[in-house]
Amino acid sequence: MPERLHPKSLENTTTHYCPGCSHGIAHRVIAEVIDELGIEGKTIGIAPVGCSYNNYLYFTFDVLQAAHGRAPAVGTGVKRVHPDKVVFTYQGDGDLASIGIAEIIHAAARGENITTIFINNAIYGMTSGQMAPTTLEGQVTTTSPLGRDTKVHGFPLKMSEILSQVEGAAFVERVSMHDVKHILSAKRAIKKAFKVQMAGLGFSIVEVLSTCPTNWRQTPVEAAKWVESTMMEYYKLGNYKGADLEV
Amino acid sequence: MPEKVLIKGNEAIGEAVIRAGCRHYFGYPITPQNEITNFMSKYMPEAGGVFIQAESEIAAINMVYGAAGAGARVITSSSGPGISLKQEGISYIAGAELPAVVVNVMRGGPGLGGIMPSQSDYFQAVKGGGHGDYNNIVLAPNNGQELYELTVKAFDLADKYRMLVMVLADGALGQMMENVEFRDKETPLKIEKDWAATGTDLKRKKNYITSVYIKPDELEALNNRLQTKYKEIKKSEVVYEETDCDGADIVICAFGLAARITRNVMQLAEEEGIKVGLFRPITLWPFPTAAIAAVVDKTDAIMSFELNAGQMVEDVRLAVNGKKQVHFYGKTGGNLPTQKEILDEIKKVLGKEVSDA
Repeated sequence: MPERLHPKSLENTTTHYCPGCSHGIAHRVIAEVIDELGIEGKTIGIAPVGCSYNNYLYFTFDVLQAAHGRAPAVGTGVKRVHPDKVVFTYQGDGDLASIGIAEIIHAAARGENITTIFINNAIYGMTSGQMAPTTLEGQVTTTSPLGRDTKVHGFPLKMSEILSQVEGAAFVERVSMHDVKHILSAKRAIKKAFKVQMAGLGFSIVEVLSTCPTNWRQTPVEAAKWVESTMMEYYKLGNYKGADLEV
Repeated sequence: MPEKVLIKGNEAIGEAVIRAGCRHYFGYPITPQNEITNFMSKYMPEAGGVFIQAESEIAAINMVYGAAGAGARVITSSSGPGISLKQEGISYIAGAELPAVVVNVMRGGPGLGGIMPSQSDYFQAVKGGGHGDYNNIVLAPNNGQELYELTVKAFDLADKYRMLVMVLADGALGQMMENVEFRDKETPLKIEKDWAATGTDLKRKKNYITSVYIKPDELEALNNRLQTKYKEIKKSEVVYEETDCDGADIVICAFGLAARITRNVMQLAEEEGIKVGLFRPITLWPFPTAAIAAVVDKTDAIMSFELNAGQMVEDVRLAVNGKKQVHFYGKTGGNLPTQKEILDEIKKVLGKEVSDA
């Protein structure tokens, strides 16, 4: 990509992500926001376990790779050492809503002054498409081959709704990245989340509805349509907390 | 003037943390180490530091990972069941080569076990309770003074080698009040942490902290680096104490509280004309293998005495390497043997008559 069009905070390289996956877009949007806020030199990222475990290869700033689900705890450690730096975690749905649900809830409860970018693609991508805590009712995965049966597996978690109930959470918004219009509004939310942190207002999170064409067994175009037709039905987009914050 | 105070062992650890220049503590309540957490909640903020009571031991060790990766001196403390929960993080800290200190004020296991003094976590501490080929430096204090001094030293060792150092303390030592002398001024080792994730300030290339290497050659390179480091530590950091081992009828190998008890048995035995020596490993890893191999030539018999079902004895046997039979005496559950019980065991090993009185 020509240098002038490439965000400074993003390495000019190819990624290992599948065609049609939202990770690449999310990385770019985050990098653009960091550039626009002029915080590349003071940003420290926390990478999760999942497809984006090695996102430090793609960002140009410092990153710590965390154990599965523990990114908010790792981010807490970093932020308490460097309160003047901008710390964000980047986590998938298995990481954040299943194994790491205690860490995310308590980071929010402490009002930990960090930002979380939560990639919700309703599936475990890296381990070959198992059922996630966000897998929709009826959705076929490698561990729900007949579709998620809520009588057996229970119900998908709505993390933005849950986290918006936590006093220490300052900003909670759910966005999508399935088309340009939604990517632009996702970027506005992510920028605001970072600004909330920079203003010292407490925990901020943006849940990003994302695609996983490979494990959904769909083409990229079908996957983008499925986000709009199916995911957005259950996971309503919008701001859940902090819309009125002026930052 | 160095300050001498009567203080609980756990609080001596707390004092050491502050005086070693550590300003970040992340913990979770568990007996019998609670006085450390309580102490930290008061004195860490007073010293301008950070105290967080985490939501779990898992979160606490991952906060440690974050703070260590961000370049700070950092510590967490717990006891057996909590240390089990921390093992994932401990393995990650080993893999990412981060300096950190973990204190285990031991209780009896397995499971929830009990809160009375035991040394049941030797295997977990020394053999690596988490996954992968790694070691932690493990220090075993045997009194309040050493709880203080070895905790201070733990931070220096952690920074020097970029690895986790565990202080493996006995529950009884943590709970006991003893006179401890605090030095006027500690001089923490100063090492530049140019590898830490502190934000680039646009002045250097990015740093990343990771333990994941998908390419076999890269993962092998990490392992080779670790093993080279461990070899160097085995050469330079072994610490032990040898008392009256030359020409002893029997040498007792014991660490921590067990060594403390053995000293009293030595006096009792002397009154009956039995010469008992004490070999006390202070670093449990690196283990004083060569020193034990040398000691065994100077004594008629050797016995490992531990407050567990026989853990360190395996390392003693490896050190002795078949030159002599290595006997074992232990007690579990948090029960402590009487001096007479230990002396009787010594007599049995030496083929002497044991009185019922």
